[in-house]
Amino acid sequence: MSHLLTDEPGSRILLMGNEAIARGALEAGVNVAAGYPGTPSSEIIETLSKVARDRGLYVEWSANEKVAMEVAAAASFAGLRSLCVMKQNGVNVGSDFLLHLGLTGTRGGMVLVPCDDPGALSSINEGESRQFARLLELPLLEPGDFQELKDMIVWAFQLSEEIRNLVFVRSVTRLSHASGNVVLGPLPGETRKARFKHRGFILDEMEGVVASMPMEYRHRRQQEKLKQAVERFESSPFNTYTGPEHPELVVITSSACHLYSREAIHLLGVEDRVGLLKLGTTFPLPPVFMEKHLGLTDRFLVVEEVIPFLEENVKILAQELAPRIGPKTIMGKRDGRLPTVGELNPDLVVEALASLVEVPYESAPEAYVKRGQELMFFGAPNRELTFCPGCPHRASFWSIHNALELDGRDGFVCGDIGCYTLAVLPTGFSTLKTLHAMGSGTGVASGFGKLGRFGMDQPVVSVCGDSTFFHAAMPALINAIHHGSDITMVVLDNSGTAMTGFQPHPGLDVDALGHKAPAISIEDVCRSLGAQVRVCDPFDLETTQATLLELLDRAGVKVLILRQICGLSPEKKRHKKYEVAVNPEVCLGEACGCNRLCTRIFRCPGLIWDKRAGKARVDEVICTGCGVCASICPEGAIEKVENREVTG
Amino acid sequence: MKEMKLSFDPYNLIIAGVGGQGNVLASRVVGNMLSRKGFTVTIGETFGGSQRGGSVMSHLRVSSESSFSPQIPKGRAHLVLGLEPAETIRVLAAYGNPDVLALCNLRPIHPVQVISGELDYPDLEDAKGWVKELSRKAWFLNATDTALEMGLPILGNIIMIGAMAALGELPLEREDFERAVSLTMPTDRISINLEAFDRGREMVEAA
Repeated sequence: MSHLLTDEPGSRILLMGNEAIARGALEAGVNVAAGYPGTPSSEIIETLSKVARDRGLYVEWSANEKVAMEVAAAASFAGLRSLCVMKQNGVNVGSDFLLHLGLTGTRGGMVLVPCDDPGALSSINEGESRQFARLLELPLLEPGDFQELKDMIVWAFQLSEEIRNLVFVRSVTRLSHASGNVVLGPLPGETRKARFKHRGFILDEMEGVVASMPMEYRHRRQQEKLKQAVERFESSPFNTYTGPEHPELVVITSSACHLYSREAIHLLGVEDRVGLLKLGTTFPLPPVFMEKHLGLTDRFLVVEEVIPFLEENVKILAQELAPRIGPKTIMGKRDGRLPTVGELNPDLVVEALASLVEVPYESAPEAYVKRGQELMFFGAPNRELTFCPGCPHRASFWSIHNALELDGRDGFVCGDIGCYTLAVLPTGFSTLKTLHAMGSGTGVASGFGKLGRFGMDQPVVSVCGDSTFFHAAMPALINAIHHGSDITMVVLDNSGTAMTGFQPHPGLDVDALGHKAPAISIEDVCRSLGAQVRVCDPFDLETTQATLLELLDRAGVKVLILRQICGLSPEKKRHKKYEVAVNPEVCLGEACGCNRLCTRIFRCPGLIWDKRAGKARVDEVICTGCGVCASICPEGAIEKVENREVTG
Repeated sequence: MKEMKLSFDPYNLIIAGVGGQGNVLASRVVGNMLSRKGFTVTIGETFGGSQRGGSVMSHLRVSSESSFSPQIPKGRAHLVLGLEPAETIRVLAAYGNPDVLALCNLRPIHPVQVISGELDYPDLEDAKGWVKELSRKAWFLNATDTALEMGLPILGNIIMIGAMAALGELPLEREDFERAVSLTMPTDRISINLEAFDRGREMVEAA
């Protein structure tokens, strides 16, 4: 049984932040959960899918975030409790639906959990979901530790049912992907029955029509609900002040920054001088609570990630309250004390705070820090991100890159979101030349492919993964076909949402619950739309390159599906198809005209350049036995022998 | 449990390695061992590039009182468990101090830019000297070689956990490990993991 189903209220267990969120949803009696995979959010839906059978839940990985929101909303309309989960930019994808959902309101409790990624630890942006709460006029909660990740989800469901609208609970990488001790609450026994009531008076929020019109009426109702939320925020247990009665300075903070701020105050030893105002309900701010605490002192430092959202909201409120509390100095990001780019950490908060309280601080003795920097330079060479050993993408981009070079017309590739995003780096031979949102590669390519009339004669290629194909690339492909754009779309099909942990998608014959599901064939979809479709195994470099060269020469929309399962998939992991070794008798090393093609250009982590021997070598611990490098050595020095015992 | 005293509160441990080495699993095993003893454990992990050749760090904070920032402040590590030599140096340089202890697996994993010839990987003897220079005391193990002898390279990190337990810096007992692996690993893997734990302990005691 999963530790997440421990039914011992009061017991204390170590949970990953995302598990704490999932447990909160279970304690709240969630019925339906939907999401789209994205770091750092993916473990929430994964965890819930594992306990779905035990708890009688419906859990799905939706085709994209907007559909996930719609699926979750349907459950709410039918009176159930639903959770919707995504990474930060997923909220952008579904925001059009949210705009209308805010107006129609919800019935059963519905909570949206966006997991932001300050510092873009596993993203290519650090966009903030908090702004959406203000933009869409919906209440926003921000848990400040592991216990709150669980408890605030329970509270959010209650709030959602009180105000009959969606509630945001925002997490961040440093909470979602961290672990801490959590005291469990009870798991509810009862389940709800789903029924969508639609025969009541048209404006009846529980039994009428769920529609955003009449706009003015609905918009006013939405704002009333938001005011109702603020009233609840005034007495929320998640807004706390700790510190002296008459502090010199108060740090106002939320989310993971709460833990950094608490530590910074402790490191400087200024607990008796500096107060800590931790806010869990960050939009809209509760004015009575804030008035009381803004009255504590005249100087405040707002510590938050990433852009000054809380700081601006505090400033607006302080301005409104000024006639009663007097003028306040509110510092933070707008005055440059804290950075407006990247994530924070205890050191950055210490630095900002130390100058304000005039307490000296050093992390370690100066001489040690200096020597450490020197030794890091000599002893810790940078680790550029790379495709995993045995990754099909390395082989795919080898072929795409070589085909474009051989074609000789200065063709280029529009990139997309997935592991293959790394092909913007040397690990993918720097093949990608544009990179934006999910599905944007093919959308941008669709535009480039219409520029022939302006003299553009370069071949246009786009890439996208199998999960991305269903998420957002399909409309772009349809657009390209309908408008007669000249593009070659390469679908890098590794049979799963590999980057985030191999979650299923509509192209697979299994769903999030492990049930058999109809697989939607990418080639059938593309053919039925009218594209010229070919399928290759990217590990067959020769056929793949020849096929690509042929497609690049044709007009119209061509789709090449490069299908080879991800090296980390459960089917492949720790099963070597080939034993690969470099024959030192054949490898010519530096004397070969190849200029170390295998290690300098192909640069799979499974290959080593043995400096002393002046030859290439295979690292038996790292090599996964894909055998592709055997095809690139001009001397045939890399030898592969098929492992007989491996099946499938 | 309150009788168990930590030498520092919070005790700050960093497990450093490269994606694919099992860093995250190692931090969970250690975290679970300590949490079950009643300590408050906070684990912060940086694993965005975990399967893609990047550096991976797990910050563990062990306290009798409360949870802490999932990022340890610079210069404040008490013990660095390095699954790879260059990563041990990288982490010591940022989070070390003259009193830090280091336990280092000697098997290098070459960064892709070393494989390509753009950067150099340090000579292993130099690396050992630098780890010593940046720590109060350092222990070096060939954990991956031993794991290879045992037939499963991923056991290297369990050997390292066994070695760390033998240092006596944190209250990590063999029975805690046994309980932790029996909960997190498939039944057929338990005995080999226990063997790896013991090998690590022996390697440090022999060092």
